[in-house]
Amino acid sequence: MKLKYAYYTGCAAKGVCPELDQATQAVARALDIELIELTAASCCGAGVIGELEYDTQLAMNARNLAMAEQLGLNMMTICGTCQGVISRANVALQHTATRDRINQGLIGNGGIYKGTTGVLHLLWVLVKEFGLARLEQAVTHPLTGLRVGPFYGCYILRPSEYLGFDDPYNPRSLEGVIRALGAEPVDYSGRTKCCGFPIVLENESNAMKMVGAHLLEAKGNGADCLVTPCPLCHMNLDLYQGKAEQEMHRKIGLPILHLPQLVGLALGLGPEALGLRRNMVDAMQLAADVGAT
Amino acid sequence: MRIEIEIERSNPAEGQPARFETFRVEVPRHITVLDTLIKLKNEVDGSITFRRSCRSAICGSCAMRINGRSGLACDTLVEDELHRFGHLRVQPLAHMPVMRDLAVDMQPFWNRVEAVNPWVETAPEREPAWPVERETLMDQAAVDEMDDTSKCIMCMACFSACEVSDVDTRFLGPAALAKAYRVVADPRDERKQERLTALNEVGGYWDCTRCNQCVQACPKDVKPMEAIVHLRREAINAGLTNTAGSRHITEFIKIVRSEGRLNEGRMPLKMVLSDPKKLLSVLPLAVDMLRHGKLPSPIHPPIPRVKEVRRIMDKKAK
Ligand code: SF4
Ligand code: SF4
Ligand code: FES
Repeated sequence: MKLKYAYYTGCAAKGVCPELDQATQAVARALDIELIELTAASCCGAGVIGELEYDTQLAMNARNLAMAEQLGLNMMTICGTCQGVISRANVALQHTATRDRINQGLIGNGGIYKGTTGVLHLLWVLVKEFGLARLEQAVTHPLTGLRVGPFYGCYILRPSEYLGFDDPYNPRSLEGVIRALGAEPVDYSGRTKCCGFPIVLENESNAMKMVGAHLLEAKGNGADCLVTPCPLCHMNLDLYQGKAEQEMHRKIGLPILHLPQLVGLALGLGPEALGLRRNMVDAMQLAADVGAT
Repeated sequence: MRIEIEIERSNPAEGQPARFETFRVEVPRHITVLDTLIKLKNEVDGSITFRRSCRSAICGSCAMRINGRSGLACDTLVEDELHRFGHLRVQPLAHMPVMRDLAVDMQPFWNRVEAVNPWVETAPEREPAWPVERETLMDQAAVDEMDDTSKCIMCMACFSACEVSDVDTRFLGPAALAKAYRVVADPRDERKQERLTALNEVGGYWDCTRCNQCVQACPKDVKPMEAIVHLRREAINAGLTNTAGSRHITEFIKIVRSEGRLNEGRMPLKMVLSDPKKLLSVLPLAVDMLRHGKLPSPIHPPIPRVKEVRRIMDKKAK
């Protein structure tokens, strides 16, 4: 049966990381996964709105979830942070009293939320619903010899009670995808750590120390690039990498790929289709090295 | 079952640096990591050093890093660890100097807890508002608000797991800030504003990166990060809005209210416009982003049906 999802892009893929949206759509087409974009969906709140106004964030996500529910589809996210926030909202909205309270605020909008929609990150879709064996079969350009460091990011792992997918201390899903693509996962402790994005505007130096430590560790363990399922991690690791280099007084130069960019390379999609030119740390050479044109 | 356990051993006082020592031992299937250590100490090597007391996740003495995860050794089954990681490796907690093997000097942790004055205080200039000679009745809502943070057993697992503490020794860390919230939320405390003001500084609640490591690590479900978020909320609501952290939240909300979506072209702008030094430091980055087609326009059309989002957001404001 054809896989079909209500596609929730989140803000980053419509702002700083349009290449993430582009690569996701290209990969979905190649894998014959149908995506119905929720164009009227709002920001998930990113945990930031919830810091001040928890109920507002919950209501915004009830509205987003209701849109998927009306289509009779599960929601697919492409951002680890969105996934964390919406998963948690969805758990909270399973309580009838909470849902009723939040739905009060939705009356008069597009509709209320009944609590029946699932939320899955693209990573989970690939592992759980599409299947790694099938992904391996779909690969036309195996990434043989490429050493890829997985960078999960916090919110797709923790707190695990709201997510119920990977082991927060020893996740395997990104490693599984990397192997299915013919590449080799690199083990390093930073793979489950924080990129520091939430404090980059407040305390750039601490955030850059975090980025620098993870990048240098991964590089030291032999990574040719990192792959991340979170565009906010991507921003800190890629966009800010120059600043991390300044903080660490070291040249790092480690390309950072969005998850669908890595998958796309193995499916034979070119750098143009995957928006690789937009990555701040050069990823074009890496694409050329694995034979993508 | 026959297992292998690697223990990080060191004795800094005698100049012995850290190294892993591997022990092979026959243990019952459902043994905990702590009981394995006790068995080794009793039967194999009496010099293995670690703290323990209750053996039942109450006293908070036996926290250590087990396969990299900070947690209680008496609350962790050997079999689970082997199943999860394929090996069993124990190390002392992070962010504190090691005294010997798995025992750390806890002073850096206690210094942080003490720094938040973790006790209820009345305004110094007058008598307490509640009758001291009698018990003080509290309503259930107030108790619920403090409940999570009251459960802390001071095991230090969260402090060891804290990622900001990896890079900044000034940060007070999760347990101390959870304690601070415990008191701020207490209806009897009369120094809330002072507490919030003191923690509005470097090392306080704004320095947390919300990595959730403390929430995941805590054996007592204290959820220290949630307490930190509550402190931030209390601070903003108490008028402490002069920090980058509070501006980040309020500007974020304004942008989402106007566009339905966060526009990252506007967010950093709002942050740097208040600080010319910052503006200069981000300029080269902005130029580079522009070159890569990554600079979103600061003017963005709102999402369809943005009115619904505004209605949800305004409802709260009322
Ligand atoms: S959420 Fe904050 S306090 Fe908790 S571990 Fe992370 S940085 Fe430390
Ligand atoms: S908050 Fe939890 S992990 Fe931290 S010291 Fe208290 S009980 Fe231990
Ligand atoms: S020995 Fe008391 S908590 Fe583990």
